Amino acid sequence: MTEKSLEEKVNAALEETPVVEETPEVAEKKSRAKKAKKEEEIELSPIAREILSWNLPKTLFELTKKWAEGKTEEELEELDLDHLHKRIQRLIDENMPVSTTTELVKILTSKHDAGKDVTDEQFEEIVARINREFQMTRVQPCEAVGINAAHSIGEPGTQMTMRTFHFAGVAEINVTLGLPRLIEIMDARKEPSTPTMTIFLDEEFRESRDKAREVSWKIEAAPLHEFGDIETDIAEMCVLVQVNKDVCKKRKIAVSEVLAKAPQKIRDKRHYREFEVETDEVEGILKFIPKNEDSYQNLFQLAEHVRQVIVQGIDDIRRVVVRKENDEYILHTEGSNLKDVFEIEGVDCKRTKTNNIAEIASTLGIEAARAATIDEAYATLKEQGISVDRRHIMLVADIMCMDGEVKQIGRHGIAGEKESVLSRASFEVTVNHLLDAAIAHEFDELSGVTENVIVGQPIQLGTGDVKLMVRRVPPQ
Amino acid sequence: MTSPKRIGKIEFGLLSPKQIRDMSVCKVIWPDTYDDDGFPYPKGLMDPSLGVIDPGLRCKTCGQKQGDCPGHFGHIDLAKPVIHVGYTRLIRKLLRITCRDCGRLLLDKEEIEKFSALEDDPYSAETIGEKDVKKERVCPYCGEQQYKINFEKPTSFVEVISVVDENTGKTIKTEQKLTSADIRERLERIPDDDLRLLGIDPDVARPEWAVLTVLPVPPVTVRPSIILENGQRSEDDLTHKLVDIIRINQRFRENQDAGAPQLIIEDLWELLQYHVTTYLDNEVAGCPPARHRSGRPLKTLSQRLKGKDGRFRGSLSGKRVNFSARTVISPDPNLSVGEVGVPLAIANEMSVPVRVTKQNIEDIRAMIRIGPHRPTLRDPCGANYVNRPDGRRIRLIAGPEGNCDTVAEMIEPGWKIDRQLRDGDIVLFNRQPSLHRMSIMSHRIKVMNGRTFRLNPAVCPPYNADFDGDEMNLHVPQTEEARAEAELLVAVQENILSPRFGAPIIGGLHDHISGIFILTNQTKWYTKSEFLYLLKYTKMDKMPEPGKIVDGVPYWSNKQAFSVILPKDVSMFYKATCCQNCNPCTKDSAAGCPNDAFVRIVDGELLSGTIDKKSVGAMDGTILNRIIRLHGTRRARDYIDDLTKLSIRAIMLNGFSYGINDTDLGKNEHKQIRDVLDQAESDAAQKIAIFEQGHLEPMPGRTPEETLELQLMSQLGKARDRTGDIASRHLGFENSSVVMAVSGARGSMLNMAQMAGCIGQQAVRGERLSRGYEDRTLPHFRRGDKGAGAHGFVRNSYKSGLTPTEFFFHAIGGREGLVDTAVRTSQSGYLQRRMINALQDLKVAYDGTVRSTGGKIIQFVYGEDGTDPAKSASGLPVDVKGIAESVLKEEI
Repeated sequence: MTEKSLEEKVNAALEETPVVEETPEVAEKKSRAKKAKKEEEIELSPIAREILSWNLPKTLFELTKKWAEGKTEEELEELDLDHLHKRIQRLIDENMPVSTTTELVKILTSKHDAGKDVTDEQFEEIVARINREFQMTRVQPCEAVGINAAHSIGEPGTQMTMRTFHFAGVAEINVTLGLPRLIEIMDARKEPSTPTMTIFLDEEFRESRDKAREVSWKIEAAPLHEFGDIETDIAEMCVLVQVNKDVCKKRKIAVSEVLAKAPQKIRDKRHYREFEVETDEVEGILKFIPKNEDSYQNLFQLAEHVRQVIVQGIDDIRRVVVRKENDEYILHTEGSNLKDVFEIEGVDCKRTKTNNIAEIASTLGIEAARAATIDEAYATLKEQGISVDRRHIMLVADIMCMDGEVKQIGRHGIAGEKESVLSRASFEVTVNHLLDAAIAHEFDELSGVTENVIVGQPIQLGTGDVKLMVRRVPPQ
Repeated sequence: MTSPKRIGKIEFGLLSPKQIRDMSVCKVIWPDTYDDDGFPYPKGLMDPSLGVIDPGLRCKTCGQKQGDCPGHFGHIDLAKPVIHVGYTRLIRKLLRITCRDCGRLLLDKEEIEKFSALEDDPYSAETIGEKDVKKERVCPYCGEQQYKINFEKPTSFVEVISVVDENTGKTIKTEQKLTSADIRERLERIPDDDLRLLGIDPDVARPEWAVLTVLPVPPVTVRPSIILENGQRSEDDLTHKLVDIIRINQRFRENQDAGAPQLIIEDLWELLQYHVTTYLDNEVAGCPPARHRSGRPLKTLSQRLKGKDGRFRGSLSGKRVNFSARTVISPDPNLSVGEVGVPLAIANEMSVPVRVTKQNIEDIRAMIRIGPHRPTLRDPCGANYVNRPDGRRIRLIAGPEGNCDTVAEMIEPGWKIDRQLRDGDIVLFNRQPSLHRMSIMSHRIKVMNGRTFRLNPAVCPPYNADFDGDEMNLHVPQTEEARAEAELLVAVQENILSPRFGAPIIGGLHDHISGIFILTNQTKWYTKSEFLYLLKYTKMDKMPEPGKIVDGVPYWSNKQAFSVILPKDVSMFYKATCCQNCNPCTKDSAAGCPNDAFVRIVDGELLSGTIDKKSVGAMDGTILNRIIRLHGTRRARDYIDDLTKLSIRAIMLNGFSYGINDTDLGKNEHKQIRDVLDQAESDAAQKIAIFEQGHLEPMPGRTPEETLELQLMSQLGKARDRTGDIASRHLGFENSSVVMAVSGARGSMLNMAQMAGCIGQQAVRGERLSRGYEDRTLPHFRRGDKGAGAHGFVRNSYKSGLTPTEFFFHAIGGREGLVDTAVRTSQSGYLQRRMINALQDLKVAYDGTVRSTGGKIIQFVYGEDGTDPAKSASGLPVDVKGIAESVLKEEI
């Protein structure tokens, strides 16, 4: 499906929505979008406007616009825009994928710039060949794409490294890579062994290191002992905290907030309630007194809680590193909590990523989880220098996410939920599957591969799936 | 022959006692098998009506011979019911959620409502679980008080009856053991409608059938006894277990009839339960496994099905086959990639069935006359068997006493013979582990002398084969359909493009690349005889015009030699592997690329550039890719054949060797290397000194120790690279290892640096070596020494030789790799198995969607654009750049 027709469909669908349902918010958004569009149109140069009238898919439009606008007046005059338009239209009429068309237009324009225009004859030849090749590369019916995908991902597994820890760009943060990571993705674990986030920042914060640091303070989990001195007074049987105001200032947090948060968090997050608190806001002093005043053990336990309680940042994120990449400051974290990070001011929610797929599924939904699965698996393989076609990974991700939740590749996921009894039995936990099938009165329809291999029939894939019979005409 | 009948579906259910009796041919009552004369006891476990296992005898039930008679079930009437171990959890659940008196489900109508299906969607129904029913409630139907049921592994159930004492108000708990008979009674009372709510189909699986009253006795064909060398019979594990069951059952019945005390009855009952339990599953938790006399646990029913060598994975999903051969492989560059050399001994043994027709009868007679023993390669093939239409099979016997000549006269159209293999037969060739579809490809055979399979080294990458003792398997397809598929789908040339990334996986390797590199690098001129020497074995049909004529002597250039094997319409432009990424690139200047790394091919003429890994290597093979797109797979196969032959000749023309003196460096270099390493070690010492004074600035988020380690690692790494640079500056293209590294044939500059310069830091898990003795790696060093040498820095080269400590460190580093490989193979193997199991049923349907065979849609368009990765241009639907290059014949 071309991008254009997709866009049209989306637009059509949008127009079809009845006006009645339009809440003020939606209306506002729409009008804003319209305004933006108008503004854009006003900004367009005459040449761009002409190209716009060709009604091209977006990427193609951007490409041609950029190219045409880079020309000087004189060059433009010489340029036969209509000719180019005709050619592009010809490509679109051929129903080629946008990527192919774009690439060809790139070639056409670059050839023009080099002063060697592609002749009409050559152009026709190219289009004819592209068409032929396009037809040739279509996937054929009955192709066992699943097995191809499994082979393509599984076979290079033997070439991957086992080394669990590896430095991914950031020397400070360890990330699981290689085969263990691939297995982790396919297992659809609730939590990866090394959760990590890449946090992108809003325009306002991405420019300077200090601004980025500010955001990182709000994210990195900081225990109380980083904010001042903590003393355990054995004589008085209490734990004294002297909050350092300079530190608070540096970390952009009010002293009162630290004072309020510490006891509350000890109760809520650390589930320790055997103490009382006296607060001195002016001096910034906290005094924790254990309920059972006779026990030193309790006192030390309390002291440990006080030391470790997290008063600033997000609990799950143990460490944040600020780095400059491609002219902007980016935060890399150890630990992941997508939902809470999104709430932080200055975080660019659109680009921020985590490697915890289960978390993505629960906060952003299954489509995001599918995309993340593809990206993670692809990146893992690529990092090992293994090229695997994206389509194979897509298929795996699709079957994992098919039912609206991320399911494991294996006994507790896809393989365990197959319809066929024999297929399940031959995978793992053979006997239980057979016993359960008996009491539920299950049928094996013998549609899959394993079942048919077991009973000795042709499988329903590839050449085995073609149902043709020859009718013999008796000789006359 | 595939039969026109298909098995539609397979139904699963429980056997009812009635069904068991109905299908039984014999009530087994004697625990004995054979009497002293070797005859089976009637009504014993080997009753002749249960089937035949001795050749020559006929089955008492069906009258068929051994091999045809499938065997017949018998049965044992159990004295008292016994629980089926596989269903203990089901029984526990049923006992807990149904009334102990009336047998109904302990939920009232409204509660049940919650679980019942929505009208339009029968799958919305959830099955009721144990947790949905409160413990010890009162039956909503008959008002009976319910009690807690405890389950004790493996098979006993206890009801805890708690009664409130009216006087004291205390609850008194008494435990009452439920016998299997009690349980069976309770299960019988559960009404059918309630069972359906629980996901049980009462039509085929009444729960009381999970408490056995009759035990089916499997046919003797399932548990054949084997006769040992000393003439003794050895019974199957199942038979042993059945003997135990019958024996106890008999004793139980006798005691019961004699009115034995309750205690004895209970003991015997438990014993019977134990034997039936272990008969069904000998690995139940909480139950000691039944053992053979030798102490080996018996392999009973569950064990037969389970696991890798069990019935499912070992005998049903995978089977042993006939018409297969296996031997060691060795290389033969003179074969085509689509061929395989087969030893004569194997070709004589294996056969293909041929039907005798009027047209071929004389040829077949000739084959039969040669018989099973084909003496030399040059002889036409013989035949091993003749099959008559009535199903008789005649074995051909060679020699003067043989039957070859007589049989040759007997044959007539309609007979079939098993002909031996001959050149050109198509066979499947495989190397394990078969990790992807290219692990099995079809080749045409070439009968050869010797005892190994021969193959062109260019097909090694898809099989992942080498010749250090690898063995491979060969299978001969027996039907026309199989041969057609082998040729059209499985042939080597059809698998040149890997479905993994859409680029050739077959291509030149090692010496092919070195050879073609030496041939095409820079410009060389060859005389006619040299030129012909190079191209003698390629499919060149006509000499090209000479490139230059000096003093009347014609010369051909090296680029012309390569151009000969290219199709005439290939036009390509790209940078070769040997490109050094100079800045700025001088490919368009008058002098051209100094490394001759920019390849220009116009109309099948190599104008400039060097052919190396990028052009012809396996996994790269740019030119090969283009040829497939332009001319199809057969031309591509021929190109590979030509290429391998040309490059081997080229490397032979020049000669190519490597020896210890190829790593020699000058005095000057040695001094430089020494200086670099000394400098690195003293720098490291300095860093350590700074650290020990506590002045080391830690990196963000790291401790000073970690920072020091990281910095030392990178510093020493750099020093190693510098020694490599010094070495490689000294070594030029006249050095074979440089040729191999630059062309991408094998090895890298790093390997070279390690041979000539310095081996460098040894690491385990990415860190310097640190374990061993207390605070030190070896007793040769001081405690706490953090220096380079004490933590695995090897400053010698492979050539200069390692000191004892260095050697030890190197071994430590090397071992990590070995452990890694061992762990990885099992892990990735399991991942592969799981993935195949999850994805194997997916296919592209005729409407372009991807569906499972059950019809579920996985993707609406395969891969979002319907492009087959195996045919794509490295993932793209159309190779636009390549097409434009071919048409415009200039660089894009």
